[in-house]
Order: sequence, then structure tokens, then C-alpha cells
Amino acid sequence: MINLLAYLALVLALILVFQLMRIYQLSAELKGKHVGKADDNDNRSQGRVMLIFVFVFFAGLIWLLFDVRGKMLPPAASDVGVISDNVFMFNWVIIFIVFFITTFMLFYFGYRYKKQKDSKAYFYPHNDKIELIWTVVPSIALAVIIIYGLSLWAKMTGTPDTKALVIQLYAKQFDWTARYAGADNVLGKSDYRLIDDASNNTVGMDSTDAAGWDDIMVKGEFHIPVNTPILFKCNAREVMHGVYFPHFRDQINCVPGITTELHFTPTITTDSMRKITHDTAFDYILLCNRVCGSGHYNMPMKVVVDSPDEFKAWMAKQHPFFSHLYDMHHKQAVATAMK
Amino acid sequence: METHAASHDMTHHENHIHHHEHPKLSFIEKYVFSMDHKVISKQFLFTAMFMAVAAAIMSTLFRLQLAWPGHAFPVMHYFLGDKWAKGGILDPNMYLGLVTIHGTIMVFFLLTGGLSGTFANLLIPLQVGARDMASPMLNMLSYWFFLIASIIMMISLYVETGPASAGWTIYPPLSALPQAIPGSGVGMTLWLTSISLFVVSSLLGGLNYIVTILNLRTKGMKMTRMPLTIWALLITAVLGVLSFPVLFGAAILLIFDRSFGTSFYLSDIYIGGQALSQTGGSPVLFEHLFWFLGHPEVYIVIMPAFGIISEIMSVNARKPIFGYRAMIGSMLAIAFLAFIVWGHHMFVSGMNPFLGSVFVFTTLLIAIPSAIKAFNYITTLWKGNIIFNPQMLFVIGAVSTFISGGLTGIILADSALDVAVHGTYFVVAHFHIVMGLSAVLAMFGGVYHWFPKMFGRFMNKKLGYWHFWLTFICAYGVFLPMHFIGLAGVPRRYFNNDLYPAFEKLQHLNVIISVFAIIGVLSQVIFFVNFFYSIFKGPKAEQNPWNANTLEWTTPIVPEHGNWPGPLPEVYRWPYDYSKPGKDVDFIPQTVPMEEGEMDEGEHV
Repeated sequence: MINLLAYLALVLALILVFQLMRIYQLSAELKGKHVGKADDNDNRSQGRVMLIFVFVFFAGLIWLLFDVRGKMLPPAASDVGVISDNVFMFNWVIIFIVFFITTFMLFYFGYRYKKQKDSKAYFYPHNDKIELIWTVVPSIALAVIIIYGLSLWAKMTGTPDTKALVIQLYAKQFDWTARYAGADNVLGKSDYRLIDDASNNTVGMDSTDAAGWDDIMVKGEFHIPVNTPILFKCNAREVMHGVYFPHFRDQINCVPGITTELHFTPTITTDSMRKITHDTAFDYILLCNRVCGSGHYNMPMKVVVDSPDEFKAWMAKQHPFFSHLYDMHHKQAVATAMK
Repeated sequence: METHAASHDMTHHENHIHHHEHPKLSFIEKYVFSMDHKVISKQFLFTAMFMAVAAAIMSTLFRLQLAWPGHAFPVMHYFLGDKWAKGGILDPNMYLGLVTIHGTIMVFFLLTGGLSGTFANLLIPLQVGARDMASPMLNMLSYWFFLIASIIMMISLYVETGPASAGWTIYPPLSALPQAIPGSGVGMTLWLTSISLFVVSSLLGGLNYIVTILNLRTKGMKMTRMPLTIWALLITAVLGVLSFPVLFGAAILLIFDRSFGTSFYLSDIYIGGQALSQTGGSPVLFEHLFWFLGHPEVYIVIMPAFGIISEIMSVNARKPIFGYRAMIGSMLAIAFLAFIVWGHHMFVSGMNPFLGSVFVFTTLLIAIPSAIKAFNYITTLWKGNIIFNPQMLFVIGAVSTFISGGLTGIILADSALDVAVHGTYFVVAHFHIVMGLSAVLAMFGGVYHWFPKMFGRFMNKKLGYWHFWLTFICAYGVFLPMHFIGLAGVPRRYFNNDLYPAFEKLQHLNVIISVFAIIGVLSQVIFFVNFFYSIFKGPKAEQNPWNANTLEWTTPIVPEHGNWPGPLPEVYRWPYDYSKPGKDVDFIPQTVPMEEGEMDEGEHV
């Protein structure tokens, strides 16, 4: 019953609106005003609204800029992230200058040159010189932007430090596994056909590869030592996922069938960042940033940046995945050394 | 039924009266299976409007979830039922489905089919001085393929496993494996079918537009006397013809991977407890193929908007568009560059970083002709004599949003910066402002401006003013705050943004966005009421209501089949003689011969 009444109300509202439009139209015609074409009164009022709008627009933008202060990301916590924030700022300065000038001119001209009474337009079809100027000047600005940006890109994507700590980030629906390469800093071979969740072999580690016997897998959170270059090798099990570290200003997709790489040096420990942000609950985070299914929004992994000692202590508490093979090998090595 | 253009040699005998030789058309032939470009343009418009309303409702629903996560909304249950909105709370799979179909409909069905389809069909024959398109039959087919594609896309919302849900970019393996997400079952098959038919529609239309513009221009209509709308629509059509087939190829390979066991995009996949047998393929291949269309596609979206803005701005500023040749040159430059920038969508794909830097360079190059256009639009307003018909407000709004959205593109073009914001709401804000705002505002402007040509009546200007200001303010209200959420690291396509303490501080912006979005969507009711009322009861228009120069205003008020009852008009000048010095009227239609000693600015003296 209520539905029927709602529909009836909707239909009556539409009829009401139509009748109002009809009344407006008739009265406008009686007054000699045109219903469809703007007259000088419209030009004046809309022209004024143009000018009012641009000030309201700028005020709104400035309000937003102030409102978000302290709510955005804390200072970048990686070597490349710090440079990234500088490149960002450089870009923003140029962008905002261009934005304010061109937007103001657009709306101001709308206001200033509104047709009123006997006003006339100025027949100004072209000016090649000015076209040249506003081709060359943006080109120069963009060239500077490109050079600055690409120098950072080269740093971000260039050859990683040979001593970088190797960590695999393995994504699946809907969680992450971080695999450390152990003392040899070499990840053991893995194959998707060896995956066996029942025995926690999430990434399909191959037990015949001795390089993998010291590999350590963790879920839920992983640790990295500050001021140490880290090389992430990223994989995905079934669909594309995305490694995204907002605080380190970096990301890369995880692609089934390919190993992709990401590297940077973290520069601020979790403890320090907690002090900087005045937030004892602050944590770095790894977010999935490539839509991967219904749980895409809910597969974070905590990232902890430790001091070198804290990191050593944390690693000492972890156990290799092939701990029996590792122990056997380790015992053998000790026995050999003792001979 | 034979086509006009095919049965008569159009270029040679336009000096005698053209007689209609076929019998009177039935209702079905005149209004349903019509081969008249003007009817087809209205068919595109109405279909696109319907699709846009559906997609807008979808976005309103998922914005409710994003602003008030976990809240029960009766309207959610009203639209999505028990299956997808039990207790009025959106299901996470359907969230992704709505996001996917919203994007698909808006990009393809509204902004490509609706924008090109409507205005190319309406304006090309009229503005170049032709009786109809080169092939009215193919033109009719282009609409019917569009309609069938639209219907299939809408049907895909109702299948049991849900519509395609891998995002409008439908990357495999997510879009290839039904086990990965339910929407990748039948829903994805229907999506691929729909888009394949859509590509056919686009190609049929595009080929027609190109041939008509190149071959059927009337006497005196040199290329450099064509209005900028036609230049824009020509370049758009060329972009489409060259790039849509690649999307088609990407789709075919995906169909094969989904149904015939191939491994174009698949390798080393373990899902549902099984290691799949496919090896050797790469999802990155799909990304390349998709974005090879995907980037030109966004220029296919904005180019007709450029043309519409140029036209409406010059008419309503009573001034020539500033820099006609530069406008053409910049569109050609944009079109060329559009083909070599696609990799900027793939900076985080894992592709070779050196390749990434090439794309950074080409993408920042494309900023230059775009900037020139914006400066030329502003200079067109300078010292103009501006009449604020509603369409003028819309195109000024389109320029404003093009500037705002284009500038944030500079950040995204820079790979080193892009990796900090790719896949976040920063990107969502950028592309919505340039496409959802700039192109849509231009489209609205086009509807208001050419409404008298389509329906012989005016739309109500007061409602037009309200429609504009509400839409414009709400539009910025939605997308300006969104930049900050993205910069703060909030990823897109997240069902819920408040799981992370870091994002809580900005959740109030999500509320502001959703509130503006709801008001903005509701404001469109003003437009719809105005539009449909005015078709029937709007005040009648005269032949040239806006005192414009272009040829469409030289036909009868609502032209019949064949457009001009007599011979085709002859053109003597470029279309931008507004407020020419030494004349007592502030416009000179293209059909007015040059006077003794008069300079033709079209010759660029």
C-alpha cells in the first residue's frame, strides 16, 4: 500500500512540476520574456555568479587544504620516498600557480565580458606569436618536470644494491606471506605445483633446493631493518595483486607467472614514526592495490621497521620453513667445522 | 530500401531540386529502423541517457556504502534485493560488480556511444552540407548494435553469479577465472559479448563519419572551412577506427583463455586447490592490448567535447574561436600522441622501467597541445560579447574541469610520482574530472544548444541555469576532496575504507563526497524534466535561434529527410565570422558570399 502511495506521489509530483513549467512559460510569454534565450538580465546575473563562483571555489579548495593538514601521510619513510615528496612539492607549486591563474581568468572573463546593451566583441581570430609563447613556456616547464621526475625514477628502478636484503612478498586471495632468504640472502626455488596449504607451504617451496632451507616465511606482519636496502621480489598465486606501501611512496603489481621487483631503504623506524606522528598505535602497512576479488579491501600486512638490533632479535625468533632440513644441514656444517 | 548517397552521385548535380522518389515511409521505417542520421542521433541520445541513469544509480549505491560502511539502507535492498543487499547492506562482490558496470557504462555507452553517436550523427551531414551520411544503412546498423550491446550489458546485472566484477579494466587472471570472483562467470561472458558488439557499432559509425566528412562536403566547404566540431569528430572517428580493433583483439584472446584452454594471459596459477595447466602467458599482455585502446579511448571521449566547446563558445561569445588552425593542429597532435602514451597506465605493471620512462616523456608531451587548447578557449572569452545561454555555462564549466583534471594528470604522467598514487582515489578524482565532468558538461551544453535543431523548440533556460550550477558545484564537491583521500594512500575499489586507522582521519571527506554525489545525481532530475517537457511543450524555435554561422541553421527549423528541401547550400567562408569589423550584424553565415575586397580569415592571412 505504501509503495502504491509512493508511486502515486511521484507521478503527482511530476505532473505538478510540468504544470509549474507551463505556468512559468505562459507568464514569461505574457511579459515578453524569452523562455529559452538569455537576455541582458540573465547575462548580468549569470556573469556575476561566475565571479562569485570562482571565489567560492578557491575558498573551498583552500578550506580543504587546511582541513586535511595533519590528516595526510606522515613524512616519507624511505630514501626514494623523501625525494618523491620533494618532486611532488615542486610539481604542486607549478600546478597550483597555473590552476589559480587560468581558472581565475576563465571565470573573470566570463564576468567581465558579459553582453550588456550595446557591447561589442573584438574580432581576434589568431595571434601566432602568443601561440608560440604559450607552446614554448609550458614545454620548458614540462621538460624540467620530466628531467626531475625521471632522475628519481632511475633511482627507484635502477639496479638494486648488491647487498640488499632479499624478501619475497607473496600475495594470494586474501593474505600476504613474506619469505626471508636467510643467511645466504638467496630465495630457494619454488613452483606453483608444489603449493600445499595443508602443510603451510603457501608459496610452493621446493625442498630439493638447499638455498631454500634457511628461508623463513611469516604471515600477518613482517619486519625490516632501518637504513638497510631491501629488495622485494613479488609474486601472486592466482590473480594480480598489488604491493603498495603508502608510507614508502612506492608500489608494484604482483603478477602470476612473473616475479616483479621493488627496492628502497627504509629510513624511519616504527618507534620513531610513532613519536613523529604522536600516535603510539601507528604502524606501517602493506596494502593490496590491484583488485583481486571480494577480499581485496581486507588483506593488509603490518610492516615493522626495526633498528638493526631489534631486527636481529626478531629474526632469531623465527624458524625456517624447512627447519628439519635446515637443522640437519646446520648440524652437519658444525660437525664438519669441528673436525 | 536503397540509400540516398549510394543511388545518387552527390558531388555533381546539386544545382537542381532533389526529388524524393520513394513512397511515404511507415512509422517503423521513419522512427524505429530509421536510416536518417537525425533520427539515429536521437536514438543514440535516448539510449545513452537511459544507460547513464542506470550507471548513476549504481554509483549512488556504492557511494552510500563508502560513506557509511555497514549501514543498512532500504534503497540498497530496493535495487539489489536479498541476494546482493541482505538487510540493506551491500555485498562485497556486488560492490565490485557495481563499480565495474558503472565504469563500463559511463566510458563506453555514455561518453563514446552517447557523445560521438549523438553529435556525430546529428552534426556531420548538417554541418558539411550533405543529405545524409555516406551509408545510411551502416549508420542504422551502428545504432542497433549499440542498443543490443546496451541491453546485454544491462542483462548481465541480473545473472545469478553477478555482473563482471574485475573493474572496468577487467584485467585477467581475475576476469578469466570464475573461481576467483563470481562475476567472472556468466557475467563476464556477457560483458565481453556486449563490448564486442559495441566495438562493431563504433566501427560502423566511425567509418561512416570519416567517409562522409571527406567525401560529402558541399561546394565551397574546404577542409579549412569546416567547423571545429567536424574536425573534432573526424579525428575522434580516426582514433576509434585505429584503436577499437585492438580492444576487440584483447577481448577475443580473453574469450579464448576463458573458454578454450589457451594461455595468452595465464601462467603459473594455483586456484581452488588446483594448479592450472596454462603456462607461458602474461597478464601484462592484456594490459598492453587494453590500454592501447584505453588511452586513445579517453581522447575519443574528450575530442567531441572539444569540438562542442569550440562551437558553443564562439557562438555565445560572438567571437571567432581563437586560433582556429592551432585548435586543429593541437587536436591532430593529441591524436597522434594518443597512440604512444598508453604505458602510463602501466607504470606499476612490472614492465621494463626504461619503457616506462619513454611513456613519461610522451605523456608529458601530450600536455602541450592540451594546454594550448585551454589557453585558446580562455582567449576566446577575452573581449567577447558573452551571452549566457545555459550551454555557454556548461562549456565554460567544461573548460574549467578540463584545466583542473588535466593538471593533476601531470602528477600521474610522472612515473616516480605515479607509483605513490596509482590505484588510489587520486586517479579516480583525475579521470572523473576530465571525463565525468569535462566531457559530460560539454555533452549537456551540446544538448541545450542543438535542442532547437533536434526538436524545433527551446529548453527552459531558468531550469538550465539551476541544472548547471547544482551540477557544477556538486561535481567539484565530489571530486575535489577525493584527491586528498588518494594522496593519503587510500586505494580504489576498496569495499570499505575505514578498516585502517590511518584512513579514519579522512572518513569525513568520504561523507562529504557522498552527500554531494547524492545531491548532484538528484539535480539531474531538473535536466530530465526540462528535456522531456520541452520536447513536447517547449516554446517553438525559429530557424537560427542562436544567430550562428554554421550550415545546420540554414535548414528548415526541423529538417526533413534530405535536410535541405532545395539544392544543397554553397559555402563561401569559414564559420567564425562573428563580430567581424565593418559589418552591421555580428554574424555572417557560411552561405553568405564574400564581398568585394573582403578578407577570408579562414585563409589565415
